[in-house]
Amino acid sequence: MSWLNFFRKERETNGTAATAKDRLQVIISHERVSRTKDDFLPKLQQELVQVVARYVSIDPGKVQVNLERGGDFSTLAIDIELPGPAGKAA
Amino acid sequence: MAQVIVVTSGKGGVGKTTSSAAIATGLAQRGKKTVVIDFDVGLRNLDLIMGVERRVVFDIVNVVQGEAKLSQALIKDKRVPGLSILPASQTRDKDALTKEGVQAIIEELSQEFDYIVCDSPAGIEKGALMSLYFADQAIVVTNPEVSSVRDSDRILGVLQSKSKRAEEKKEPVKQHLLLTRYDAARVERGEMLKLEDVLEILAIPLLGVIPESESVLKASNAGNPVIMDTESQAGQAYSDAVSRFLGEERPHRFLDVEKKKGLLGRLFGGRAA
Ligand SMILES: Nc1ncnc2c1ncn2[C@@H]1O[C@H](COP(=O)(O)OP(=O)(O)OP(=O)(O)O)[C@@H](O)[C@H]1O
Ligand SMILES: [Mg+2]
Repeated sequence: MSWLNFFRKERETNGTAATAKDRLQVIISHERVSRTKDDFLPKLQQELVQVVARYVSIDPGKVQVNLERGGDFSTLAIDIELPGPAGKAA
Repeated sequence: MAQVIVVTSGKGGVGKTTSSAAIATGLAQRGKKTVVIDFDVGLRNLDLIMGVERRVVFDIVNVVQGEAKLSQALIKDKRVPGLSILPASQTRDKDALTKEGVQAIIEELSQEFDYIVCDSPAGIEKGALMSLYFADQAIVVTNPEVSSVRDSDRILGVLQSKSKRAEEKKEPVKQHLLLTRYDAARVERGEMLKLEDVLEILAIPLLGVIPESESVLKASNAGNPVIMDTESQAGQAYSDAVSRFLGEERPHRFLDVEKKKGLLGRLFGGRAA
């Protein structure tokens, strides 16, 4: 502990506890919801691939589903790599 | 009918066994006939914390498998009348316990005891599920730390869906929060989640806050449940928690850093007793 720290006002919180609380609130609220529902992501990914595959031939391995859980809203990003114009394997 | 209390947490090493020993001892000290069961099959430790490790002959698995009578496996505590310990097996694996076997044991113990305290193993696997299945009440032991709080929330979900009470759609298992290893100095510096944060997140009634205390290690070294160390803050905090459990009002103590230390004391830190 440095001298500066010692003279700092005790109440001042430059600690990490507040971050811990925020992170916990977000993740736990999501986990509570998923307790009652099945995790839909694997199925969503599967069905998306099927739909896209009806129009273009794609490599199922080149499909990425990313979810970023947030407090007010979450973002779902789906990344599908389409084959090049000549249909060659990329 | 006895009340079955499970002491559980999800996460390992947060203080379940320490708390089971303290609370069972505290209940017996207040005249309640109490038995504490070690469900951590394969990793027996409650016997050490209770200081009865040298008296173990039979264990819960022997009873479930019909190799010993329950009365033969129960160890009577020599310090506190009305307190018994049912040890876990050290050699067998968790699959040795069956729901029917455990149910038979709990029914038999219910005839004789007021409280059956179940010390859960870590995790949410079979052993943990077995220890909470028959619970009427749950003491959820949590440390003020992200992974412990998250796992506690998880175990609350398990209590609400996988316990006997949940399966039979009876009145839900009564939940209590026991926040342990609380370091008021670190909370004050904003380094550790504070009581209010944990309560806000888990949203279950608070049974007590046990401070981080060197006396816990001393107690386990000696094989005395820490509640018997009436000088220590941890012992006093457990004692308050037992009183609250029995419906008495007790103010929460040891939540703030003691202010009486002078400048030198603050400079050089000084740990909680
Ligand atoms: N209030 C406290 N202050 C300081 N140390 C503590 C406190 N409570 C528990 N401990 C220490 O934490 C460690 C783990 O405690 P304990 O064995 O009771 O946890 P547990 O939840 O039963 O662990 P496991 O999941 O392995 O069964 C022990 O070394 C114990 O001495
Ligand atoms: Mg334990």
